[in-house]
Amino acid sequence: MSAVLEVSDLAVTFGTRDGLLKAVDGVSFSVSRGEVLGLVGESGSGKSITGLAIMGLIDAPGRIARGSVKFEGQELIGKNENTLRSLRGRRMAMIFQDPMSTLNPVLRIDTQMIETIRAHEKVSEKAARARARDALAKVGIPSPDERLLAYPHQFSGGMRQRVAIAIALLHGPSLIIADEPTTALDVTIQAQILSEVQTLAAETGTALVWITHDLSVVASLADRVAVMYAGRLVEEGQVADVLTQPLHPYTKGLIESVPSRNRRGSPLAQIPGMTPSLACLPEGCAFRPRCSRATEICLEAPGLTQHVGGRRVRCFHPSSNLGGGA
Amino acid sequence: MLVYIIRRLGQGALVVSVMASVVFLAMYAVGNPVDVLAPPDASDAEKLLIARELGLDKPLWDQFFVFIGNALHGDLGKSFVYNEPTLQLILQRLPATLELAVTALTLAIAIGIPLGLYAGLKSESWFSRIVMSGSILGFSLPNFWIGMMLILLFSVQLKWLPAGGRGETVNILGVPLSFLTWDGLRHLLLPALTMSIYKAALIVRLVRAATRETVMQEYVRFARAKGLSRQRIVLVHILKNIMLPVVTVIGLEFGAILAFAVVTESVFAYPGMGKLLIDSINHLDRPVVVAYLMFTAFLFVIINFVVDLIYAVIDPRVSLVEAKG
Repeated sequence: MSAVLEVSDLAVTFGTRDGLLKAVDGVSFSVSRGEVLGLVGESGSGKSITGLAIMGLIDAPGRIARGSVKFEGQELIGKNENTLRSLRGRRMAMIFQDPMSTLNPVLRIDTQMIETIRAHEKVSEKAARARARDALAKVGIPSPDERLLAYPHQFSGGMRQRVAIAIALLHGPSLIIADEPTTALDVTIQAQILSEVQTLAAETGTALVWITHDLSVVASLADRVAVMYAGRLVEEGQVADVLTQPLHPYTKGLIESVPSRNRRGSPLAQIPGMTPSLACLPEGCAFRPRCSRATEICLEAPGLTQHVGGRRVRCFHPSSNLGGGA
Repeated sequence: MLVYIIRRLGQGALVVSVMASVVFLAMYAVGNPVDVLAPPDASDAEKLLIARELGLDKPLWDQFFVFIGNALHGDLGKSFVYNEPTLQLILQRLPATLELAVTALTLAIAIGIPLGLYAGLKSESWFSRIVMSGSILGFSLPNFWIGMMLILLFSVQLKWLPAGGRGETVNILGVPLSFLTWDGLRHLLLPALTMSIYKAALIVRLVRAATRETVMQEYVRFARAKGLSRQRIVLVHILKNIMLPVVTVIGLEFGAILAFAVVTESVFAYPGMGKLLIDSINHLDRPVVVAYLMFTAFLFVIINFVVDLIYAVIDPRVSLVEAKG
């Protein structure tokens, strides 16, 4: 399978008063056609910034410091705004976290959908409207003809996210980056949307990068998972492998923090300490101060090492009990 | 909707009547018009005659009730000075001031919105910094001073534009308008510019602040992710969202220009309503002052009502239908 998206050694920095912050530092991964990659991490781990960097939507004071983003074989870093604009929304689309704020409150749904179609294709208003209606019907919005004439505030949160997904699907993109699109929704709605997105992506062969902090979403949706910590990729592999046998102590901590995994009555497991500020990252491995396995050698920055089953991990002391589970 | 209109009209009537009462009583307290109207050598008997003619010999409460009674019949009294119905006096001057206000506001919007948008989108650029410093100047310079400086520059030094008065007018449907003649436009430009500078500065700052806030919104980012052109994002997605505060302020400022064009009209000897007001205050011409301020309050009520209607057009979330309960 050829990779739709190949990110290698991507670094994004933000110039601030306290100096240069490395929000994303040397992240590499690739996604193939029809594949779903879960990008997991806590708030501030750089997962959303990675998504925005791929889309070319990093604003000053942020900038892409180095690395490469290859999309459908084409290098995107350094491309001019116009080229990127013609790719965005057409070949690659993005869905955002809060459905309450992603749609423009003063424009009707039809306006917001038709403008997306006509930004990339010369079609008549009528043809565009028909396509917009079909797209709404496809994501499960009842009476799409009427709903096209409604304003965003007349929709519920779940319905708005469906509209956003419909907009993302308008041009049949080969890649969709979804930045926690179900986090703000009720669990029942979340489950519906997840299963629909899964079906749609499978039908069209669209590759998905699903950014989330919710491991249960990853477990049910993703093929592969990449875990980020403090701007770096710390572990990557097939979902089944990583979730049952995490190699990196941070991944292990994350999995153990999911409440349902704890037996009733036993105290909830947690990772001690908190996510370090990007302004004062610890030397060497960024996870070292919170890690029970840390030793002298962790004062040096670990590199990504290859393991069996195409897994990669950034740790000097990966779990060795590969057979025993977490 | 009908309930809404009726309620707004009721509120408006209340505002106008309270305003009228306060001004009526305040004008009584300022001084006796007879002293101004009578010749300096008039005898007490002559003064009494004038007072009786104008109904000023009665006690204050009688005068007040006569005024209220007449006002309810739509009669706001006659001017002490011109001996003409006050409303007619005001309406004669209205087109001149209206013309000035519309021109000034158009200038302010034409200058303010593009500059504000630019300063909001590129807040770090040197041009934005100049615009923002300029707007502080526009805020702080007094109106009459700007007027005098413009006269000094364009009329006295360069001799390009006339220093005062209203130019040639043409009658359109019985209303004398000057902006349709070249001479009229030349007379209109300087006073309109004088009044527009402060308003433009206000609009620039307002639009810039609103733009900076709107650019950060998720829907702008989503619009970019959809691959829309920058032009479409700025002119449709951002502009439509910032129009709400801008329309409010433009509405209020329009009322303010109409009502308080006093200073500018004085500087440019422009025969508008403001000039009438200041003359009437000087002559203690109570009926004109009261009628003028009632008319002004009425204008504000109307303008605010129109602004509310525009809200409902711009922002679909605003509904003018009465909420239940």
